[in-house]
Amino acid sequence: MSAVPADAPAPARTVRRARRPVAALVAIGFLALVVLAAVLAPLLAPYAPDTVDLSSSLVGTGGEHLLGTDASGQDLLSRVLYGARTSLVAPVLLLALAGVIGVSLGTLAAWRGGWVDAFVSRLTDVMYAFPGLLFVVLIIAVFGTGMTTSVLGLGLAFAPTIAKYTRSVALAERAKPYVDAYRVQGMGGARICVRHLVPNLARSIAGYLVVLFGEALMSLATLSYLGFGTQPPSSDWGLMVQEGQSAIVQGALLPALVPGTAIAAVVVAFNVAGVHLADRLGTRR
Amino acid sequence: MTTAQTRPTAPPLLVADGLRKTYQLPGGGSLVAAHDVSFTLPTGGSVGIVGESGSGKTTVARMLVGLVRPDAGTISVDGRDRMAGRRRGRGERLARAREIQMVFQDPYLSLDPRLTARQCLATSLSLHAASDAHERIGELLDRVGLGSREAAARPHEMSGGQQQRLAIARALAVNPRVLVLDEAVAALDVSIQSQILRLLVDIRQDTGLALVFISHDLAVVQHVTDETVVMRRGTVVEQGPTQRLLTAPEDAYTRALLASVPRRGWDPAAAVRDRAAAVRDRAAASAGGQPSAKVQD
Amino acid sequence: MLLDIDRLTVHLPGTARPLLADVSLRVAAGEIVGLVGESGSGKSTTAKAVLRVLPDDAAAHGRVTVAGTDVLTMTGTALREHRARRVAMIHQNPRSALNPVHRVGDFLVERLVHTGDHDRRTARDRAVELLDSVGLNDPASRLRQYPHEMSGGMLQRVVIAGALAADPDLILADESTSALDVTTQAEILALLRDLGRRRETGMLFITHDLHLAAAYCDRVYVMYAGRIVEHRSGHTLFDHARHPYTRGLLDCSPELGVSRPLRPIPGRPPSLADGSDGCPFAARCPQAEPACEAWAPQATELPDGGEAACRRLPEAAAATAGATAKDIP
Repeated sequence: MSAVPADAPAPARTVRRARRPVAALVAIGFLALVVLAAVLAPLLAPYAPDTVDLSSSLVGTGGEHLLGTDASGQDLLSRVLYGARTSLVAPVLLLALAGVIGVSLGTLAAWRGGWVDAFVSRLTDVMYAFPGLLFVVLIIAVFGTGMTTSVLGLGLAFAPTIAKYTRSVALAERAKPYVDAYRVQGMGGARICVRHLVPNLARSIAGYLVVLFGEALMSLATLSYLGFGTQPPSSDWGLMVQEGQSAIVQGALLPALVPGTAIAAVVVAFNVAGVHLADRLGTRR
Repeated sequence: MTTAQTRPTAPPLLVADGLRKTYQLPGGGSLVAAHDVSFTLPTGGSVGIVGESGSGKTTVARMLVGLVRPDAGTISVDGRDRMAGRRRGRGERLARAREIQMVFQDPYLSLDPRLTARQCLATSLSLHAASDAHERIGELLDRVGLGSREAAARPHEMSGGQQQRLAIARALAVNPRVLVLDEAVAALDVSIQSQILRLLVDIRQDTGLALVFISHDLAVVQHVTDETVVMRRGTVVEQGPTQRLLTAPEDAYTRALLASVPRRGWDPAAAVRDRAAAVRDRAAASAGGQPSAKVQD
Repeated sequence: MLLDIDRLTVHLPGTARPLLADVSLRVAAGEIVGLVGESGSGKSTTAKAVLRVLPDDAAAHGRVTVAGTDVLTMTGTALREHRARRVAMIHQNPRSALNPVHRVGDFLVERLVHTGDHDRRTARDRAVELLDSVGLNDPASRLRQYPHEMSGGMLQRVVIAGALAADPDLILADESTSALDVTTQAEILALLRDLGRRRETGMLFITHDLHLAAAYCDRVYVMYAGRIVEHRSGHTLFDHARHPYTRGLLDCSPELGVSRPLRPIPGRPPSLADGSDGCPFAARCPQAEPACEAWAPQATELPDGGEAACRRLPEAAAATAGATAKDIP
């Protein structure tokens, strides 16, 4: 009847041990550096981004130009640093616009139900069926090219996704009895939604927006590449890729490769960080 | 037969008359959640609604507080029809809230996760424009036995009992005439449950707050109610003074329900047989007739 | 003895008191044994110890045997076999035990194939038999239903059928009727008792409801703060409970037809952060004396064969030299 110690090490039982999110931490660290670099561009950039120096056209890496130059002899490092500003700020504006529209519509649909829900759901379905870029090109055809039009158009194109997501989380949140309790206390629907329901969804919606950021940046870069977005003389990474393209035939890869790599790296980093964040917010109660 | 109406007291505070609610099911069928449910509640009184799951007791609770709109029937408090003048804006909404308040089954989910106890009460008080909010919060926390540590806690930092105390305080914050409790102690441990039941009995004694106590547990109901309504499948099977119902149930289903409560010398199998017999009898009695076999005076 | 837990102590790092302290508990074949306690008392941890699903960092001392086999030293295949076939667990919420997108039949067939005695064809027939044995009418068509098409009571029957699939020796019922209303609870309990008798299965019936345990179980263990404080036959508990905590639980449980006022136990159970070497109930106990705070709880045998761990029991008081022996009111 003697007590037997039974805390012998059990082999291979690591199910409960959470994996350290190394990839996500690296991604977040990288993004922080990119943002910092964009903010400090005037200090970091060795040249003004629009300094034309035809004598040093298409110079390779090293020496005076760390990442080389483009066809008009502009320093690629400087251009990529300054381009980061537009490339990073524009998606924020885009998502802010899409977020306001999407969250409002999604919450409205979830809260009111009935025909309002049916109407909003149909509307988002139609937008869904329509390729986002095509829609934006249509808008641009009507209102003209430029970054503002691109952001507005893509903002409208992204709104349905956010509305759909918000609707689904708002429906679940609405079913919780604390919302009923507010109604029983005599609180109006608008106040419940704005002051209590949406704030309680804020974390999960924020996580979703981070996931969308990469896609937003990519879409904006695509528009710029196609010549619909940022117009010269201002520049962003998408436009830089397009401008650098002609240099490829002359054997110079850097003018397209540098901004292209920047886009790819930032998009991947946002996806890795976003997925990690969405996981964390999703499993937490 | 004795019901609440025959009591020689002042006109009833709460009158629920002929409440009906039918839900359309996705498959095309329909579910009668409440069929002709009527009862009254005197000022400071306490009525229990008991029944198994699917009996419609929660639907009745939600109709009382306006979360579900009845298909037919009326609910009035102090002779004021709660159904009339719907959607007449904020003032009307708040006035109705001050008539009936509710405490829900799940104490955690019935509280806003972002708000501390103090903020939760402040939200209710400001909604109803209480002038002395700060003082009132202290009173309310005191009333339900929450201390200063809990006042600053969010729901996830509280125990189930504390959460339910806060939910009761929130309901009391608007000074209601009637408090509806929908399985409000079902999720709590017995020792906590008894603390909450004791609290409710005390509050009722001190303030004259009337209670509608909804539960599947007759043993609990007997401790907090004067009258009891027994429901099954949306219809009232029997209603009357709680003591009479427990000692001399008239309906076979009530008897079966009583037999299901664990006690000394209890045999679950016998309880199951009783219930099956009661359901058979009822089906035979109402064959061809009204589905509702309501015991009325 | 089918289940024999002998002086089991489970510690989590960084906590002041153990999850379980010196827990001894037995279940014989064909017996229904209640384990009663409030949230955090350790009753679910006890069940987890029997299945060996304790947290990784928990340190367990003592002995848990099921049909003579030591559970705590099991590894690999033996442990899987133990969990899959020897012991079955029935939880409180049947909906969380069933995959909502799978049909009820898939759940049962999966279990039957998993336990190894059946291929898919014979498993199907066996699933029908199982559903029939748990009292579901038209079992063949039930196999095609999804969980959301069934009520809580029906689903709990499905879960029980799943538990029976491996023909276990021991069933752990953890609050398995707490979410059900009284009538459905009676049905499920009658079913479990009937099945237990026919198959000679032992059952550890875990609940927070002392009345239910006393009315339903052959023997009952009452747990408080990780310790067994009283162990009695079911029918003696109602009137002859000896431990102040058990009596406190009875006093605060509403009893049908008895209209005494409820007397809540003051205070609240100690958390894992509250470590004390004395009687864990002393702080809330109406009969506590200063000496209780320092009395390491140990069970005292009662004349009727039960046990209680209270310093103020006459027998315990006599054993503790120097303690003032007052009578228990």
